[in-house]
Amino acid sequence: MSILELKNIHKSFGKTKVLKGIDLTLEKGQVLSIIGSSGSGKTTLLRCINLLEIADEGEFLVNGEVIFRAGEKISAKEMQQKQLHFGLVFQDFNLFPQYTVLDNVMLAPKLHAKEEYKKDRKKRKEIFDKIREEAIEILDRVGLKDKIDSYPCELSGGQKQRVSIARALALKPSILFFDEPTSALDPELTGEILKVIRKLASEKTTMVIVTHEIDFAEAVSDKIIFMDDGLIEEEGTPEEVLKSPKSERTRAFLTKLSDQ
Amino acid sequence: MSMLITVTKNLLEGFSTTFEIFGLTLLMALPLGLIISFGSMSRFKVIRWPIRTIIWIIRGTPLMLQLIIFGFGPGFIGIKGVNTFVAAIVAFVINYACYFSEIFRGGIESIPKGQYEAGQVLGLTKTQTFFKVVLMQVVKRIVPPMSNEFLTLVKDTSLANTIMVYEIIWNAKRLANASGILWPLFYSGVFYLAFCGILTLIFGYVEKKLNYYRG
Repeated sequence: MSILELKNIHKSFGKTKVLKGIDLTLEKGQVLSIIGSSGSGKTTLLRCINLLEIADEGEFLVNGEVIFRAGEKISAKEMQQKQLHFGLVFQDFNLFPQYTVLDNVMLAPKLHAKEEYKKDRKKRKEIFDKIREEAIEILDRVGLKDKIDSYPCELSGGQKQRVSIARALALKPSILFFDEPTSALDPELTGEILKVIRKLASEKTTMVIVTHEIDFAEAVSDKIIFMDDGLIEEEGTPEEVLKSPKSERTRAFLTKLSDQ
Repeated sequence: MSMLITVTKNLLEGFSTTFEIFGLTLLMALPLGLIISFGSMSRFKVIRWPIRTIIWIIRGTPLMLQLIIFGFGPGFIGIKGVNTFVAAIVAFVINYACYFSEIFRGGIESIPKGQYEAGQVLGLTKTQTFFKVVLMQVVKRIVPPMSNEFLTLVKDTSLANTIMVYEIIWNAKRLANASGILWPLFYSGVFYLAFCGILTLIFGYVEKKLNYYRG
């Protein structure tokens, strides 16, 4: 069974049709990169899957379970549960400025643990200690163990983005999404983010990455899709899409990129 | 010398009422202001527009007039025995809640959308996102305009004497009338000045405390 299955996703903003029927499947442990020019609907697709936008039509499933079906109303509580299948790393980090790095990572796990210790207050410390331990371990994995007590304003862009990756990982999502994770960074800082993503890929983390870094997408992805005008124009292995694209539009896009 | 002591005692007595108005107003106007701010940002027109109309009326008319309406209005329509101190508190709370609500609204609307989205994708409820993520950032942003309002409130309490609440100005005026001396009235200014000085120091401290992060 595919870990993620999208069926016929449509989304309009007013009269502008941004997504015009997206079908897509992703297998567990795969890395999918989404490329395409600005306005092709990449980010909107990501936001629809992460329930930040509500698609007008279509449905999607995670491990065969329906997460979203257009027109179906779900309670806020259910929505919250479904949200936890996904982790999202934003382009501009969206860290919580008033918390330390460690607290940024621990905030959501601590709030979600409330149900567990509600009946037994004594368990609270035990659970919080475990969350803390795990958070430090995750921050170590992204190379920020020595920054756990810093505040986001004291970090470089690359470090902020690594905190935001750690924050998403702390909830153990089934699929981790990246929305142009290096676009807000100075060129010399993109490397450290790509290194982290590469490491996650080698650990078989299922990931979907919207990116402009074609070389990186080629190196890290199992599958690439090229989006154009709200549709998937081309889909396949990096080899197929980047080296021998069938579609005229893909070829034009790649040529334009290599000209820059 | 004994005159100075008598006057000081008298004014201090009045100032305790001033302080009560100040404290009680804050205690009730701050939470009420937060609720009103939610109303003024509501998606629903039937909530938003009445709330905004009330804010407009309260901010658009003199506080003194509002005090008179709450102080003497009940008697005028036949309700006897309304305590003017309670009436003054009601007027102050409504008036200040409206001003506070606009400060809260400004603060809340200045928080980037990404903070709410980050809360949502981390599976937080709207309430959790507001209290754990947004509120602290709002507080930091509204400290300077709030300190202004607090200082204004200290001095606005003097308006309560128009509906016979015996605060410090009332006492000073009574002394002036009874003994034919003017200086107690000027002396009362010292009390306001000292209190505002303390508040300024407190706000300075809070601002400094909140400066541990930027953004």
